[in-house]
Amino acid sequence: MSTDTVTTTDAAPGERADDAPVLEVSDLTVTFPGLNGGPDVRAVRGVSYTVRRGEVLGIVGESGSGKSVSSMAAMGLLPAHARITGSVRLHGQEILGLDDRDMARLRGRVISMVFQDPLSGLTPVYTVGDQLAEAVLVHDPRTPKGRARERAVELLELVGIPNAEQRYRSFPHEFSGGMRQRVMIAMAMANNPDVIICDEPTTALDVTIQAQILELLHTAQRETGAAIVMITHDLGVVAGFVDRVLVMYAGRPVEMGTVDEIYYGSRMPYTMGLLGAVPRMDLDRQGALVPIKGTPPSLSSLPPGCPFAPRCPIARPECELAEPDLLPIGGQPPAETVRAPHDGEAAPAEDGGQGAGGHRSACVRSGEIAENAWTARDIYPVPEIPDAPASSVRREDRPEMLRVRDLIKHHPLTKGAVFKRRVGTVHAVDGIDFDIREGETLALVGESGCGKSSTLMEIMGLERPQRGTIEVMGQDVSGLSRAKRFELRRDMQIVFQDPMSSLNPRMPVFDIIAEPLRTHGVAASEVTRRVYELIDLVGLNTEHATRFPAEFSGGQRQRVGIARALALEPKLLVLDEPVSALDVSIQAGVVNLLEELQARLGLAYLFVAHDLSVVRHIADRVAVMYLGRIVEIGDTHSIYTRPAHPYTQALLSAIPIPDPEKERTRTHIVLDGDLPSPANPPTGCRFRTRCQKFITLSDREQEQCMTVEPQIRATDGGDQGAACHFAEGRQAV
Amino acid sequence: MSTTQESTESVKAPTAPPAPNRLKDLGRQLLGTRRVIVGLVLLALLALFALVGPLVSGWEVGERDFTDILGAPSADHWMGTNTTGQDIFTQTTAGLRKSLMIGLLVAVITTAVAALVGSFAGYFGGLVDKGLMWIADLALVLPSFVILAILSTHFSGDGGWFVLVILLAVFSWMVTSKMVRGLTISLREREYIHAARFMGVPPYKIILRHILPNMSSLLIADATIMVSSAIIGETALSYFGLGVQAPDVSLGVVIAAGSRFATTAWWMFAFPALLLVVMVLAVNMIGDGLRDALDPSSKSRRS
Repeated sequence: MSTDTVTTTDAAPGERADDAPVLEVSDLTVTFPGLNGGPDVRAVRGVSYTVRRGEVLGIVGESGSGKSVSSMAAMGLLPAHARITGSVRLHGQEILGLDDRDMARLRGRVISMVFQDPLSGLTPVYTVGDQLAEAVLVHDPRTPKGRARERAVELLELVGIPNAEQRYRSFPHEFSGGMRQRVMIAMAMANNPDVIICDEPTTALDVTIQAQILELLHTAQRETGAAIVMITHDLGVVAGFVDRVLVMYAGRPVEMGTVDEIYYGSRMPYTMGLLGAVPRMDLDRQGALVPIKGTPPSLSSLPPGCPFAPRCPIARPECELAEPDLLPIGGQPPAETVRAPHDGEAAPAEDGGQGAGGHRSACVRSGEIAENAWTARDIYPVPEIPDAPASSVRREDRPEMLRVRDLIKHHPLTKGAVFKRRVGTVHAVDGIDFDIREGETLALVGESGCGKSSTLMEIMGLERPQRGTIEVMGQDVSGLSRAKRFELRRDMQIVFQDPMSSLNPRMPVFDIIAEPLRTHGVAASEVTRRVYELIDLVGLNTEHATRFPAEFSGGQRQRVGIARALALEPKLLVLDEPVSALDVSIQAGVVNLLEELQARLGLAYLFVAHDLSVVRHIADRVAVMYLGRIVEIGDTHSIYTRPAHPYTQALLSAIPIPDPEKERTRTHIVLDGDLPSPANPPTGCRFRTRCQKFITLSDREQEQCMTVEPQIRATDGGDQGAACHFAEGRQAV
Repeated sequence: MSTTQESTESVKAPTAPPAPNRLKDLGRQLLGTRRVIVGLVLLALLALFALVGPLVSGWEVGERDFTDILGAPSADHWMGTNTTGQDIFTQTTAGLRKSLMIGLLVAVITTAVAALVGSFAGYFGGLVDKGLMWIADLALVLPSFVILAILSTHFSGDGGWFVLVILLAVFSWMVTSKMVRGLTISLREREYIHAARFMGVPPYKIILRHILPNMSSLLIADATIMVSSAIIGETALSYFGLGVQAPDVSLGVVIAAGSRFATTAWWMFAFPALLLVVMVLAVNMIGDGLRDALDPSSKSRRS
């Protein structure tokens, strides 16, 4: 069966033309009536696609592009007040408009779904196994209980839950996020459905877990031969996983084609911009990212023409006249026809997207783009980012902005309400060393729970650490007086991850940016001047000053956060995942801004991130953390080209690259299991429980890993160092 | 109103536009809401009524008209008289004066104390939290009625009513302060609070500038409810003769006296009760408007 699937996946569309599609969606529209007489929200406007058996279709788009809503509509999961038109056919049977009872018979058996959030997907009061068995029983009540139970255990084994027999009786809260997502996938596979819709199945997970889940979805597809509709915003995930891609923007498909056509020959400016905006982990010097200016239009008041026209660098007047259809490349009507007034709809394309093959794009200039072979860099203005002046001075000669030595942060675990007793210790940060020099960026990377944020909080707190020292600009923070500490805060500022919660919703932007200035006693007139200067510096408008954070988009809010951090002209900026909550096209703008500011103001950054692609783009040096320890540190180039620690290798290998060709030839190192609890870290090397190298070692060598904790040692005589007894550089990207 | 503002701003824009004034903005916002205007006008009318009423009625507070006992509204007695021949209009307006003061003062003091105690306890945690919450728990278990009864002798005479105000406030801040504390603990971990801390803003300023404004909806709702519950609480005390002491008179005293005759001599009860309703309504309208003006995400702010 597996070979069969592989051949169909790779086969040209023509070879299986007679193969009837499993799921056909045509001209689907979803409208939510406006609240309180407000305008209707047109979330989906004419989506058509088909998926055949064993095929994987990727639906890509930013938040609010309607990608999730369209699949929820196909599953019949939208609230009753949504108005849905068009048609959704499953094996040729129309399922749109079926009542809930009929739909429930199909759901799970013929079509099933994996949701984004594994936390809320399972009922907390039933055991995982019972929920799985129920999924089997509900479609075939005649199945004996014992058989359903066997099947559930079998499914748990299939999705790689260790000790399936015992874990059957576990409750969802005893599972980690990755394990819960596995159970969700098991549930989706339970009745061998023909279509599995995956709605951002890996977005809430860490990269190493994401790699496991993607691997598992491959297995699921092989096992069931199902068609998969993969909805995601991550262009990397799609590249290696899907056969065809549908790009959505403002509720409409704007481009459709095979993976290679989209990634190497995109003919729609939006897709081109999106691909140019992604930081690449596999390229060394990528240059500035391509930012798409502006924000997506509001779905309740769309412009009459192409919805992307206001943000498009090559928009023409006729783009604003009518919305282009999804047509084959070069098949768009000439400009004259568009300009001419329509008499009745001039033969809309023969059911857009119906013919499985063919690269289609909804841009009137798609033919032109194809002829000139334009790329994102040709059509988008890419900002020039000057070189930092500090980069000419040798690193050792530059002043130290921050030095952390042997820093420790342990949280006590206590039990009991009245008489608290200590039952254990969470080793959040367990002895880390690093330094940051003037004008450089050190990235602290690692999965969630590795102690990145705890480290930041310790540094920003400027208090005496539990052990070790923190020196900021050469001053040890443990002996600081209150006034000195206040003085030092001027020089170090922080930008937070979530632009929703990092700005006080009750304060207008002006007051938010002015707060650090007022706190540090800057004169009122000077405050006003400086605030407007900062608003301008981060690319906002003067009239934004009186608005409240809620009136801004995520990217703009993050700019306000950056402006606030820069207000006092700090020398060190601590960035706590500053772009991970933003859409790709917005993220590019913020990353460019950070690079530009560093070059202009000579700032030093401590950049905390879990996204290694962004890190490669922005950082000079990288420190990889695992369970409260730094396992590898060095300059970005060395770390990415020759990672020495097995964890770094696995981490780099787990990240999907938005390049289908490369992605297909890569072999991923997939780590087993989850992060051990920081309350009870393994003895010796902390990584050994998941280490792919550990298994290959001899008994005596394993003994060493289990008893001796490795220290950071230089691996290549240079800047790079790894904490592994058996470190050796190897290519991983 | 904003067109002129904008044109001046755009002229100066290239150099440095003036800093926006939050207070002025807020004031304009408040006055732009019809509910607030209506509420303010009602409250002003009530205050005027309370001040001028006893002067224009032609009767003294407490004065009896033995020729007209339990009389229906007439030209002499606009709202009729009670069982002892006192003019209801005079009694009501004079009572309104006291009740307005008691209601508003108790509400403001209670909410302020609750907000400060709750937020300091929640923000600092540890010993401060333990200490403050211990006081709150203590105040909760004290038999307030007994204490008020014992101290009721002090409520007469000049400024006696103020003692009552303080005592009413002392016995009603605890529950709100516990709510505020809970909210503060959840707000304390927000990133903007961290940001303020990391830029060196002192804790008391963080509480006043970041924490309390973000629970203003709760505080305003609490204050508006407090106004009516303080008046009603005082009424209850007056019913037992423990509230405002004669010769002072409060709305509560008048209502308490009239409630027994609500079906037979309706005017004794209806007029003071109506005034109480109007007063609570006015306060609620202002509270609603204030909440909307302070909350940027509320719908009425879209302008």
